[in-house]
Amino acid sequence: MSDNNKKQQKENARRRFLRDSLSAAAGAFVLAVGLGAYQRSAQAVPARAIRPPGALPEKKFQAACLRCGQCVRACHANLLRNNDMPEMSTEGPAEVNPNASVELEPVLRLAESGNDIPTGTPYFIPRISPCRLCEDMPCVQACPSGALSEKNLLDKEKKEPSIYQARMGLAVLINHENCIGFQGLRCDVCYRNCPVIDKALTLDMQVNQRTGVHTRFIPTVHSEHCTGCGKCERSCILEHPAIKVLPLALARGELGHHYRLGWQEKEEAGKSLIPEALQLPARRPEELL
Amino acid sequence: MNARIPGHEAVARKGWLLANRWLLLRRISQLGILGLFLAGPLLGIWIIRGTLSASETLGFLPMTDPLIMLQSLAAGHPAASTAVIGTLIVVVFYALLSGRVFCAWVCPVNLVTDTAAWLNRRMGMKKVLHLSKSTRYWFMAAILLLSLGSGTIVYEWLNPVTLLQRGLLFGMGMGWMLLLALFLFDAFLLRRGWCGYLCPVGAMYSLLSPAAVLRVKADGRERCTDCQDCFAVCPEPQVIRPALKGDAQSTSIILSRNCLNCGRCIDICPHNVFRFSRRT
Repeated sequence: MSDNNKKQQKENARRRFLRDSLSAAAGAFVLAVGLGAYQRSAQAVPARAIRPPGALPEKKFQAACLRCGQCVRACHANLLRNNDMPEMSTEGPAEVNPNASVELEPVLRLAESGNDIPTGTPYFIPRISPCRLCEDMPCVQACPSGALSEKNLLDKEKKEPSIYQARMGLAVLINHENCIGFQGLRCDVCYRNCPVIDKALTLDMQVNQRTGVHTRFIPTVHSEHCTGCGKCERSCILEHPAIKVLPLALARGELGHHYRLGWQEKEEAGKSLIPEALQLPARRPEELL
Repeated sequence: MNARIPGHEAVARKGWLLANRWLLLRRISQLGILGLFLAGPLLGIWIIRGTLSASETLGFLPMTDPLIMLQSLAAGHPAASTAVIGTLIVVVFYALLSGRVFCAWVCPVNLVTDTAAWLNRRMGMKKVLHLSKSTRYWFMAAILLLSLGSGTIVYEWLNPVTLLQRGLLFGMGMGWMLLLALFLFDAFLLRRGWCGYLCPVGAMYSLLSPAAVLRVKADGRERCTDCQDCFAVCPEPQVIRPALKGDAQSTSIILSRNCLNCGRCIDICPHNVFRFSRRT
């Protein structure tokens, strides 16, 4: 009898344990599905949000960033705004030195909940406040996890990190139709504001076909040097900027990997890889002969 | 006959201050820590930078939340040394002291859920939902799996702990809606529902401290009059019974790692049955 009772008790305990575990697992599953669905829908980062310098590629960044905001706190431009500026070197060109800047909008922000940027991750909006390219890289220094890292800013020639190796995005003259330079007017504002002037941004000269005698100065971005700081976008005089910084993945085209450029191959090989083009007889209409 | 209101007898017997001593100290701790974080952005006094997910105190002491760190690892990022050291500091501290001390003495969401629990109790709400106490561990495991699968720190989309604190420090956005939902859930659907059944951050801290030093002891359990006040106010009422109602051979120390060490049972007991003690 008492043996049976014990058996029954054991059986009941086993059932209770099973029931408890199953309901816990089911509850957790419901929560996890909700979280997963929300997370998937919100994982894409909008084009207007640019990550701070030294950030890992976006996918890795989302794994690495601890959402702590220490980069935002360290951002010199943010501190300047709060009048909490630490002692800083006043060397360097005015464009680069945040002490010389009078802009008071914060640069780095943390994405708020409900924003389409992953909650708690840092970004800046170039049109509102571009990255000041501080040479001491305070945001990178502040990052505890390596989501922002000097490793991503290594100058391979000098063998030390440099803010000019930042590739936060790429400036793109996205709407030449409305660019003042394309109209044949002198503007140059984006060019003059570029911290890597004459390397990242040049003015290419073209004949102004409208007048036939003037030159058009065309702002031209060179991805090899562009840091994506966004000073060009910030300074564009249009109502909406004709030059915009876009995330690299969005901005850059990529040549098919099978593609070969004949003149490069020729230089490498020292000679053309195919027989020189045949000299065909010129065929012209009779009267031109 | 009026329903018994927990705390009335304690106040009558011990005086208001003694009946609320640990609660007051806890509020000072919670608000003080929040204040240290807020002093930087509000007053320019930078003692702590960052948030509860990762911070730096006095310019050298890093601290990192272990659950966020684990998600980052699961997502495939080998963290830099600062974050790793910060995690070790937090893990060692709470493993020695007691993991869920975080929940009762640090976590800002405790202010929200304590208020909800008080409201729930005063309105005499009945349980609407039935959940298992171990749901939180499954949820935690699911979060780590989701991080592994998606390559991102998934729970930071939702985590009310950092969401509330980050909201106060950097801007709340739509976060207040989530916190309101949390409050309503706790107040009307399931008392202590979030902290007691679901919160994976608390689950992580529970797991950290199987042998923590700080424990509450039902030292004077022979004085217990079965008034049930401690069960009414305890965030994890199931942890009290073995210590309070065990037979003479069993220990009077609350051994469950789910105990928050909030000390509310010490306050509320009219007969001083409980006190803070060490695990021996």
